[in-house]
Amino acid sequence: MMLYVNSFLFAGLVCLLGQIILDNTKLTPGHVTTIFVVVGAFLDTFCIYDKIILFVGGGALVPITSFGHLLIHGALARAADFGIIGLLMGMFDLTSSGIIAAIVFSFFFSIIFKPKD
Amino acid sequence: MTKTGFIPVFLYEITKIFHIKHRGEDMEKNKYKDIVEKYTPKEDRTSHGLKAFLIGGLMGVLGQFLLDLYAYLFHIPTTEAAPFMIITLIFFASLFTALGFFDKWVAWAQAGLIIPITGFAHSMMSAALEYRKEGFVTGIGANMFKLAGTVIIFGVVSAYVFGFIRLILFGG
Repeated sequence: MMLYVNSFLFAGLVCLLGQIILDNTKLTPGHVTTIFVVVGAFLDTFCIYDKIILFVGGGALVPITSFGHLLIHGALARAADFGIIGLLMGMFDLTSSGIIAAIVFSFFFSIIFKPKD
Repeated sequence: MTKTGFIPVFLYEITKIFHIKHRGEDMEKNKYKDIVEKYTPKEDRTSHGLKAFLIGGLMGVLGQFLLDLYAYLFHIPTTEAAPFMIITLIFFASLFTALGFFDKWVAWAQAGLIIPITGFAHSMMSAALEYRKEGFVTGIGANMFKLAGTVIIFGVVSAYVFGFIRLILFGG
């Protein structure tokens, strides 16, 4: 039950931070999501995001920061076996499900549904 | 038109033209007012922040709930349920965008739905819908990643650099 409270607080705070950046600067949503992905990858350089996920659970996996975290972890898992080259081999290992799902659903839904203006 | 004669019709046409012109002017004024009202910020930043916090927090709770649900349904540890949870969120974000009402939700909640993974799916889906009329290859194929591509490019580059640093400093 504690995980639910932590999830609410962490995901809420991340979104609040994003909203503050959106409202007070001229950055577009594209800039903000990019910044959050880079921050997520940066936090994992020192194993910080791993601890956040252990503590927060699902709330840390929902924001886009987890995308950077999953990229770096897929790369490092392969790097353990293959060294530096492994970084290139395993980058999409953990995120591929999300990216492929987004591509496939977008493609078929854009064929099925007509855009509303 | 032939039965009523030329002059009445002519007069009627003139009044119609003037009528339309007057109405057009009114409509233009109203439109201008509407546009001004639309773009003047009605709500202050605190309410934006509050909405983003609430909706983002609820998305986090939903994520945790889906993790527990899939872990219970498929008898797998919670850590392995993450892809199912992410795919579910992406599926519903794409579907709701295609049905047309997710745009309004995003406009209302702003960062509350843009920062979670739903924002990624929403940007891809809306790009695909928008460029669909330009064809499959030059439309959907070329433009699907127009908005979401930056997330992937910068994510991969930063993950490569930071992964390299972590590999050297901590050995993976």
